[in-house]
Amino acid sequence: MATRSNILVCGGTGCLASESDKVIKNLELIIKARGYENEARVIRTGCFGFCEKGPIVKIEPDNVFYVMVGPKDAKDIVDEHIIKGRTVDRLLYREPKANEIINRQEDMPFYKKQLRVALRNCGLINPEDILEYIAFGGYEALGKALTSMTRDQVVDEVKRSGLRGRGGGGFPTGIKWEVTKKQDDNEKFIICNADEGDPGAFMDRSILEGDPHSVIEAMAIGGYAIGASKGIIYIRAEYPLAISRLNTALNQAREQGLLGKNIFGSDFSFDINIKYGAGAFVCGEETALINSCTGKRGEPNYKPPYPAEKGYWGHPTCVNNVETFANIPQIITRGADWFASIGTEKSKGTKVFALAGKVKNVGLVEVPMGITFREIIFDIGGGIQGGRKFKAVQTGGPSGGVITEQYLDTPIDYDSLISIGSMMGSGGMIVMDETDNMVKIAKFYLEFTMDESCGRCTPCRIGTKRMYEILDKITSGKGTMADIDALKQLAYMVKGSSLCGLGQTAPNPVISTLKHFWEEYMAFIKDVDNPRGEGRHIAKNKIKFATEK
Amino acid sequence: MSIKSMDELRKIREEHQNKVNLRQSGNNQEDRIEILIGMATCGISSGARETLNAFVEEIGKQGLNNAKVITVGCIGYCHSEPTVQVNMPGQKPVLYGTVKKDKVPDIVNKHIIGGQPVENLILKVDFERA
Ligand SMILES: Cc1cc2nc3c(=O)[nH]c(=O)nc-3n(C[C@H](O)[C@H](O)[C@H](O)COP(=O)(O)O)c2cc1C
Repeated sequence: MATRSNILVCGGTGCLASESDKVIKNLELIIKARGYENEARVIRTGCFGFCEKGPIVKIEPDNVFYVMVGPKDAKDIVDEHIIKGRTVDRLLYREPKANEIINRQEDMPFYKKQLRVALRNCGLINPEDILEYIAFGGYEALGKALTSMTRDQVVDEVKRSGLRGRGGGGFPTGIKWEVTKKQDDNEKFIICNADEGDPGAFMDRSILEGDPHSVIEAMAIGGYAIGASKGIIYIRAEYPLAISRLNTALNQAREQGLLGKNIFGSDFSFDINIKYGAGAFVCGEETALINSCTGKRGEPNYKPPYPAEKGYWGHPTCVNNVETFANIPQIITRGADWFASIGTEKSKGTKVFALAGKVKNVGLVEVPMGITFREIIFDIGGGIQGGRKFKAVQTGGPSGGVITEQYLDTPIDYDSLISIGSMMGSGGMIVMDETDNMVKIAKFYLEFTMDESCGRCTPCRIGTKRMYEILDKITSGKGTMADIDALKQLAYMVKGSSLCGLGQTAPNPVISTLKHFWEEYMAFIKDVDNPRGEGRHIAKNKIKFATEK
Repeated sequence: MSIKSMDELRKIREEHQNKVNLRQSGNNQEDRIEILIGMATCGISSGARETLNAFVEEIGKQGLNNAKVITVGCIGYCHSEPTVQVNMPGQKPVLYGTVKKDKVPDIVNKHIIGGQPVENLILKVDFERA
């Protein structure tokens, strides 16, 4: 008997933490008890992105999307929906603004403006089954590249697509591949950067958990293009689920001959190893990452030489981010022109953001470049929690800056973010509301970079520490104007003289909050009576909205 | 086993299509054919489950990837269960009554593939009540 129903249950880390594994177990038990195991199949997928309302369960082909499903709801889903065809209304998503029930994923405001390229298979396939990946067209890009494209054609396709590195810097991927390809060495490497150290970010983890083959396939394509026969995935050991799914995926790819010798009957051979990181933020920086891979201390080197020239064990090495790779198979199968048709003039394609903080719909969103902050925060994110007022949004994590209300309508791309004093970063997007104190936010980030500074270069090691001390003094109400001056001076000094990107960007949260929230710094300095400095910003009378509890 | 050519990969893709063809991928929602099966208690007791499975099987056999079979609740025609509604893109929905499983190949072949509703099975909707 053919299966007539697929019950997709999110098996991402977020939903697992709210017991989606028990939901799966119960669904399977009840389906079996009712004698429907030939008709309905339960599939554990990767992340759907709507983590705020997890665990997520989606029924196909009916296209019904259930939210916040607990282990006890399994019975109703089977007895009502699967057996009797009646949707379980209480588990449907209720749109808070209009207070109406929405069945279908594509009608939910959270999904409406999204466009899934890198996350295309997350929440759709079982990441532990290579055959499902293949059934959705997986490994066709690799086959196409190996059987009908020259190495130059592959590089050219990626170049023409306009894809830029999603790990933070936004360097054009095709150019990086071209440079690595040009190096004269018979041993080259391709590395996937899955260190993801940006606090609050979980884009790369979700891709690896939900669709590991897309990254494996892309690394093989990249290996072919640049002439590398070995790949390394550098992943933080704190991602156990992603690691286990990657290992499963690697083994399945080897079994199918999609990794190993003479792939697709060509003379190209390729395999991938996993290296584990211990979770130091600086190890996400490519030269530190390469040092860590070779067993050295995770400290950055001076560039040049760039890894593309002299990387892993001195050989040309191409380092790309997980999300960068996840775009590659689509670029090869659907073509550079298709990819380049999405996005803005200089930033093509989509970007995945981990939307977090004081926004209503916390989760993972993938949007075309050029979308505005307002659309992400208010349409997709559903606005600010508790009806409070938006204050700022931080992109680029500890390396980025705050973006204020006046810039909410800026179309997001690499260049526009830099021009407004922040950066794209890897995709963390933390929303702050009127109750957040910006000086404390800056202090929070400085504490992070101070801790994570590897100590190799003096400006970063000592500079971030001194900046943190000053911020601590200011926030405890003991600061003076002289401290503010010293803070500013230090900020530009650390930025200008640090060895690697960590130190060069660490002062950004301070610089941007000084610029946009000067009055909050002043409140700490002048209001010694009110050391929290927050008094000025709390309204005396609070208006209650009808929708508030 | 080792995949050595695009043809071998495509073959595997086809062999495992049935694992995933219930799931939507991409944007081809518009030209989907929907077959709605009434699965209330009266429907089930008159054989809706068998009808449903017959549809799924027939569609699989014929390789109709753009048709999906959806279970729905009671639509109130208990006298004519099992009831089946076929929605073809761009056409008015057609409601069939008393669709036992042996009627399924007819509906699939004539209506879904051939585009001609199976007149003698169509349930005449009583407009005063509807
Ligand atoms: C302090 C620091 C941390 C970084 N962390 C990461 C990271 O966690 N993941 C990542 O992909 N890139 C990280 N990068 C960027 C990498 O150095 C490198 O640019 C990137 O992996 C290149 O891949 P892409 O071109 O695909 O973006 C970091 C850079 C710096 C300076």
